[in-house]
Order: sequence, then structure tokens, then C-alpha cells
Amino acid sequence: MKPSNPPQSASRHPLLTNEEYQQIIALLGREPNEVEIAMFSVMWSEHCSYKSSKVHLKRFPTTGERVVCGPGENAGVVDIGNGWVAAFKIESHNHPSFIEPFQGAATGVGGILRDIFTMGARPIALLNSLRFGPIENPKNKRLMEQVVSGISVYGNSVGVPTVGGEVNFGETYTKNPLVNVFCLGIARREAIIKGIASGIGNPVIYFGSKTGRDGIHGATMASTGLDRSKESRPAVQVGDPFTEKLLLEASMELIKSGCVIGMSDMGAAGLTCASSEMASRGGVGMTIDLSKVPLRETGMIPMEILISESQERMLVCIEKGKEAVASAVFQKWDLDFAVIGFVTDDGLLSVTNYTEPVAQIPVEALTNKAPVYERPMAQPGFQDMITSLNHDVIPKLESYSQTLMTLLASPSFACRRWVYQQYDYMVQTNTVVGPGSGAAILRLKESDVQLAITLDSNSTYTLLHPYYGGAIAVAEAARNLVAVGAKPIGMTNCMNFGNPERPETMWAFGLSVEGMSDVCRTLGIPVIGGNVSLYNETAGLDIYPTPVVGMVGLIEPETRPITPLFQSEGEVLVLIGDTMEELGGSAYLREIYSQERGTPPILRLEREKAVQNLILQANGLLSSAQDLSEGGLAMALAKGCILSKMGCSVEVDRGKIRNDAVLFAESQSRFLVTLAERRLYQLKALLDQADLPYLVLGTTGGDSLKIAICGSMVVILSVSDMEVAYRDGLARYFNVSK
Amino acid sequence: MRFGVIVFPGSNCDSDCRYVLEKMTGAPVFMIAHKEEKLPPVDALILPGGFSYGDYLRTGAIACTAPVMKAVIAFAKNGGRVLGICNGFQILTEARLLPGILLRNKSLKFICRSVHITCENNNTSFTSLYQKGEAVSMPIAHGEGNYYIDEAGLASLKENNQIVFRYSNVSGSFSDETNPNGSVESIAGICNKEGNILGMMPHPERVSDPILGAVDGLKLFLSLNKEK
Repeated sequence: MKPSNPPQSASRHPLLTNEEYQQIIALLGREPNEVEIAMFSVMWSEHCSYKSSKVHLKRFPTTGERVVCGPGENAGVVDIGNGWVAAFKIESHNHPSFIEPFQGAATGVGGILRDIFTMGARPIALLNSLRFGPIENPKNKRLMEQVVSGISVYGNSVGVPTVGGEVNFGETYTKNPLVNVFCLGIARREAIIKGIASGIGNPVIYFGSKTGRDGIHGATMASTGLDRSKESRPAVQVGDPFTEKLLLEASMELIKSGCVIGMSDMGAAGLTCASSEMASRGGVGMTIDLSKVPLRETGMIPMEILISESQERMLVCIEKGKEAVASAVFQKWDLDFAVIGFVTDDGLLSVTNYTEPVAQIPVEALTNKAPVYERPMAQPGFQDMITSLNHDVIPKLESYSQTLMTLLASPSFACRRWVYQQYDYMVQTNTVVGPGSGAAILRLKESDVQLAITLDSNSTYTLLHPYYGGAIAVAEAARNLVAVGAKPIGMTNCMNFGNPERPETMWAFGLSVEGMSDVCRTLGIPVIGGNVSLYNETAGLDIYPTPVVGMVGLIEPETRPITPLFQSEGEVLVLIGDTMEELGGSAYLREIYSQERGTPPILRLEREKAVQNLILQANGLLSSAQDLSEGGLAMALAKGCILSKMGCSVEVDRGKIRNDAVLFAESQSRFLVTLAERRLYQLKALLDQADLPYLVLGTTGGDSLKIAICGSMVVILSVSDMEVAYRDGLARYFNVSK
Repeated sequence: MRFGVIVFPGSNCDSDCRYVLEKMTGAPVFMIAHKEEKLPPVDALILPGGFSYGDYLRTGAIACTAPVMKAVIAFAKNGGRVLGICNGFQILTEARLLPGILLRNKSLKFICRSVHITCENNNTSFTSLYQKGEAVSMPIAHGEGNYYIDEAGLASLKENNQIVFRYSNVSGSFSDETNPNGSVESIAGICNKEGNILGMMPHPERVSDPILGAVDGLKLFLSLNKEK
């Protein structure tokens, strides 16, 4: 192929470096033409190629007896028994959501749904992890309103329940909010479809929405900082949940018809990515005739068609001769479709417009031969400063009750109902436990197991200590699942970090992956896929490193799921695990003293494993369980009281640590459980057997929370007062009274 | 009793309805696609919740022009029992099978949560197993559930005992406080004069299976199922 207008350098495509441009010439054996440069620049973008993160991601354990499909596909898949599998994944839509929050968030949901149903799995639940700048700033509030609204409109309309997630605030996200969306689907094991093209001569069919100019260069936008956001507006796509719903039903039906070889959605980098990745996985080539692609605008040039990120589009390779079967499905669902190409044996992606050659690139050059960088890593200069914390300089509190009330009413802790009641969390009638109380639980109509799902992350910890930040995110996600009686069976993650070209960013990235991997290995949880979002920076300033963990747990038929709610008066409260004077990185320091410093709590891997095993083992004895996380023991007790509308009285012997640490320290590997008194001896026996420390704290009942430390009462709060503070803490910013 | 569930493009509570009917009543359920012009042999029809045709133009507006609707209207006018839930209720008002209209929620936001509703009329084939004045808990999940009708229409609804459910508190009284979406007189569900067509915003199918922890909606399906 001859380049039409050979460019002299990559300068017109600032996302390819000169070295990368030389690599392209070496791979092609000639200068690329304009269209080819555009294709390389999207495929070799950070977003599509993982070029800076690949070397680190290799550390994750990705195998296990339940793993059906690990990283590298549109979603990971694990076995859940009885011939059923669960497919899940998390993905970011950070940059689009800052530029156009409603559509950015909506299309984020659309993209993750397609990642799941393109595997042949029917989506059954969504979660999201959102981070904004402080809610007191009207701009952040508006961003949040729009993001929540976008998720609500899209998810509700498609009919997949949004059953939980997390919302957090921090100055670091003011100009770079995070919108991470997780989806879980289920399928029969034999119905799983991969994103592969194979079988020489098999047709490649495009179906779904027509292609327009929206979303051109979305992948590259996601691979740079957000300094020129105004110019990026056309790069945000526009979502159509109705078409998505049709696409979902049509895809399910198509797979059932038995004609599908492989399928992929057209997400980042559009047709270029879907076609080259499908061909690469099959080890084949592919022809594409752009004149066949259904277009919604006139005058689109080949490059635009190739890299458009218009939403709700799929690419499927089917068995030759079964075109009529496929077209009947598309016609039934009123979807546009066209055979746009064929599988070939030459390993080339050959693109034409009618018969005129447009681009011809070896598939491997676009995919597996994309550059891989071992970026330099260096600890930031400020690290020692922010991790130093002398506990003696933290002032003594005047009122522990008041402090707890302040925490409950802070946007960090307050009830998220204003958010989640905009999401339909019940459609599909599988939601056993919805948003608001830890992990969500879904029954399956098709099988007698239940699934628990959760998202978790703590960016303060990760800033202060990337290893423990990553490690604790995984441990805590697993704890959330274990608390309800679910055994963790697989994990996905979304690594939201800053600019990889800064050594400090990659230092944090590498350590986080290491921390996460170590916990995954210890707990036996495979990482089956995920997403990396880099260049989360504005005006040269990175966000806090924010690895978000999504985890799925299995609840066996004989296990009774439990929640943090106290079930009746007179239950015994037991704190399992050690509480240490660990205030570094705590929410208490952050919310009360505006300090994000110190070393986060230490996670001891073997202890974590032992405690989690014990909680699963003791499930049948317990009435309620929750893990202790941000806000420590006091927050866990308060939440238990508020959710169950019941008080409790506890007495703690503090040992050698400060009162505020007893109440608010975030020491790891701890659970708060309640159980009937007559079962206490059985729990004690299990704890002793496992050699785990515990404290019998007191009993549930009454209408207030009472906490005494060494005989002196430090907290007395009525449950109804706490409830009001908790209920209104976030809602008050949106002028809602209830 | 044989049930039919109408499936429009964008319906998303259709299989929830089918599942609950099959599991809890054991009755046969026919899924009827929007393009059908003839109905299978059924005794009651359900128009399920969802976003038919994306709710584009106006909720229910496009669905009521779907080919199947002619048959649905004929079935209803012939005395057949028709239950519209959420989007189904919106379609029934668009099709003029029920009076009034559903506007955007007063808060202008989608609302998904459990509410209490009180059965104001148990003299219908949908509600015969409820007590009159009984308050039950059911979820709502809608952006456009704010029921509006003019004064004359409201008077007529009352005169003919067509208000079947009202949003209320746990003891059955209603006020602005207990009205989640701004509906006129806290109306959550109404029937036609003859009582064979019911439209309601709350979702009984979501609280009919014991595994989900609540069964306040089950009596509605059991009421229907015991009809001949």
C-alpha cells in the first residue's frame, strides 16, 4: 500500500512518539498513510494497549479452579456451579464524565453492559464507584447530579439493576472525577462466547446503531490529561439505552441460534479495535469494506468510520451459510446490520472503501506488537513527609459523641440514599440485599446459589502507602463478601492513576499491584480482568492513586446470608481481631482534623486469612456481621444501630491505646458480629481454636448507643438522633428533606 | 386462569411477571410480542413495567400504537382483565383505557424505593384478597408516576369507586408526607368503571417471592388467579 500523503513525522499525531512512529515504519516496511496512522494512534494509545501497565499487571494471579476465562477477553468468567458461570468486569469512564457528565456516565454503563453480554452472559447487576471533589463546591455537586442521572437513565432503561457501589469525595477529584462501572452477568457455561474471529471465509457482521462522528478519538482522550477539555467535547459519545436493550436481546438470541463464532462490542477505538482484536485472538486476517458500514451522517471519511466510538454497535463473526439465521434475528429486533467483511488467512487487516484500498496493516502490529514500556519508577519526594505522624500532636477530643455525630453527618459517611434511590435496584427481581448495607446479594432464578458483589477502594491509604492501599482494598472487598456469608471467587479491578510518564505515578502503580497481588494470592482470589485508567491528571497534577476492586462471592445453598442489621434485642456483640493505635490515614483524622497523613494500618496476610475463614465457618451461629473499616469500631456500632433501628451498650477495655484509637482506629482484619447468647460458647470455641483475639463487647437493645471505655461512658447517642444525622448528611446538599 | 404478558421492545419487567406468576400461581403464562395481531387464549393480560420504545416521545405514547394494542384494547373492552404495572399503567392511560395521565415525579428524579400503599377498593378481581383499608408495602421505581386528573375526572373516579390504591403511611392515612411523587390525592392505582382494567405504579411482582423477603404483592396475583 502506498501512503497517499506521506507525513514527515508523527507531529500531527501527538499521541505517537517519534520512536513509536519509527516502530510503525519497521512493522509495515514502509511509511503508514494518514488512515493507518490514525488506527495505530488509537490502538497504541494507553487506553487500548496498556503499554505502561502491562509489565505490572503480569503480577496478578489469574488462575484458579473456577476460572473459565481470565484477562484478555471482554470480561472474565468464573464457574458458579450447576453448569452456570458468572462474567464480570469493571471499567472507567472518567474523562468523558468530566467533559459531559450525563452522557459520559451513561455511556460508561452502556460500555460495561456490552462487555458482559458480548460474552454471552445476561447482565444481572451493576455497581458503580464514583469520586468527586468536595460536595460543598456547587460545580462538584452539579457534576455528581449529572453523573448519577446518566447512570440512572441508562441502567434503569436497559433493565439491569444498580444494586450498590460507593461514592467518595476529595479535593484531588475536583477536576478529574472518577466514574467506574462494574457489571455482573450469568450464562450457561457452554454459551460463553469469546471475542474471536476464525474460519477462513466466514462473514463478519456489523449490527446495532449506525456509525456517526461522535466519540472520534475517545480512546486517545482517555490517554491524555484533561487540559484541553473544551476541545474534547465531540469525543464524548451519546448513549441510547433503548437500542442497547434491543442489542442485548438480539445478541442473546443470536448466540442461542448457534451461528456465532465470536463477538465483540465496538467500544474504545471502535471498528479498528473490534476487528483487529477479534482477528488477533483467532490468529487470522480480516477484510473490511467501509462502504458497507451503516452510517448516520453523510460525508464521513474512512478514518472517521474506522475510529468512531458511536455507541451500541457490535461486531460478530458467524458461520458461513448461516447469514439468514442471523439476519432474521436482527430484523426481529429492528436493528441495522451488514456483512462488512470476511475472515482471511493472511494475518492482515485489509480495509477498503468499495474496492479502493484504505489501509492494510498486519493484525499483530496493531495488537500484540504495540509497544510495552517499563516506565521509570521513583518514590515521590513528599512521601516521607506525609507518612510521618506523631500521635502525641493529635489533640484530645472534648466529646466523643459529638465527633461520632460529625462523622455520621459528613459526606464521606452519610447515607447514600439520595444517590441509590435514583437507580432501579430491584428490576429482574433478584435483589435479596440492595444498596445501603455492605455487599449486595442476588439470588439466581436458575440455580440455588446466591452471589454477593462489592466494590472497594481507599485512596487516602493508597496515597500514603501504595502497597497497603492496594492490599487493603482487596482485603476489605473480600471482608465485605465474607461478612454476608459469601466465599470470594473472583476479582476485577480498575486502576485509576495519574500520568505514567511521571516516575512517581508508576512507583505507586507498581506497589499497588504488588499489594493487591499478595492479598489475592493469600486469599486464593484470581484476578480475571480489569481496566487501567491513566493520565488522570489536570494541569500537571495527578489524582491520588485510586485502585478500585470489584469482587464476586458465592453463597452456597445451605448458607444463610446475613447483614449488618442486629436481629433482636439481647444479642451479644463480639469484636473479632486486634485494635491497635493506628490512626494514620484514618477517616477520623481526615474528617475531624483535615489531615491525610501517617502510615495506614498494617495488614497481616495470615491473620486476614484466618479471620475471614473463621467468619465463614461461624456463619450459622451469627445474627449479624460487618467488617470494620473507615470510622472504626464506633462507626460500625453506629451503623448497626441506625440500620436496625436498635441501640446497644458496649464496654471496652482499652489496653494501652488512646480512647480515640479504641473508637476510630482502622486496624485491619476485624469484624463486629452479633449472636444469641446461647451460641456464644460455640463462637468462643471456634475463635480459640483458630487462636484469634476477640472481645465480648456487650448487648444489643434499647434506643441508644452507649460506649464505655474502662468504666467511663464516652459515647451516649440516641439512635434516632444518629439516624437523622446519617440520613441528611448527603441529602442536605441537594435540598431534599427526606 | 391463563395469563398473557405483553412484551414491547424496551419492556423490562416482562420476565419478572412471568416468573412470579409461574412460580407462585402455577398458571400458564403466554409471552405476547408487540408485533402480534392476535392474542393467544388467555383470561388476563399484564402490561409490564419497563421503558417501552425507550419512553421516547412520551412514556407509553409509542407503545400504544404497537400492532398488539388493537387486540389488547378489544380484549379489555370485551371485559377481559388487564393489569398495567408502571410503564403498563402509562400505556393504559395513553391508550385511553384508563383516565388521567402520569407526569414526571414532583422531584423530577427517578425514585426507586419501598412505599406503603393502602387498598381503597377490594371489590375488583385484582384486589379481592386484600382488606379494604389494608396498608401494604410495595416498591415503586419510576420517573413518571405523578398521577394527574382534572377535578371532574377525579370526582368521577371517586363516584365510581375507581381509586384502588393510594400512597399512605403504615396505618393507611395519606398526606403530602407520604406521597412520593406528587400524585393527585396520593393515587397509586386506579381501575376503569367496570373494574376489569387496573393500572398501578407500584410493582407487586417485586414483592411476591418469599426469597426476596416480602410478599405483600402476592395477594394481587392470587386474587386474579382465583377468578374464573
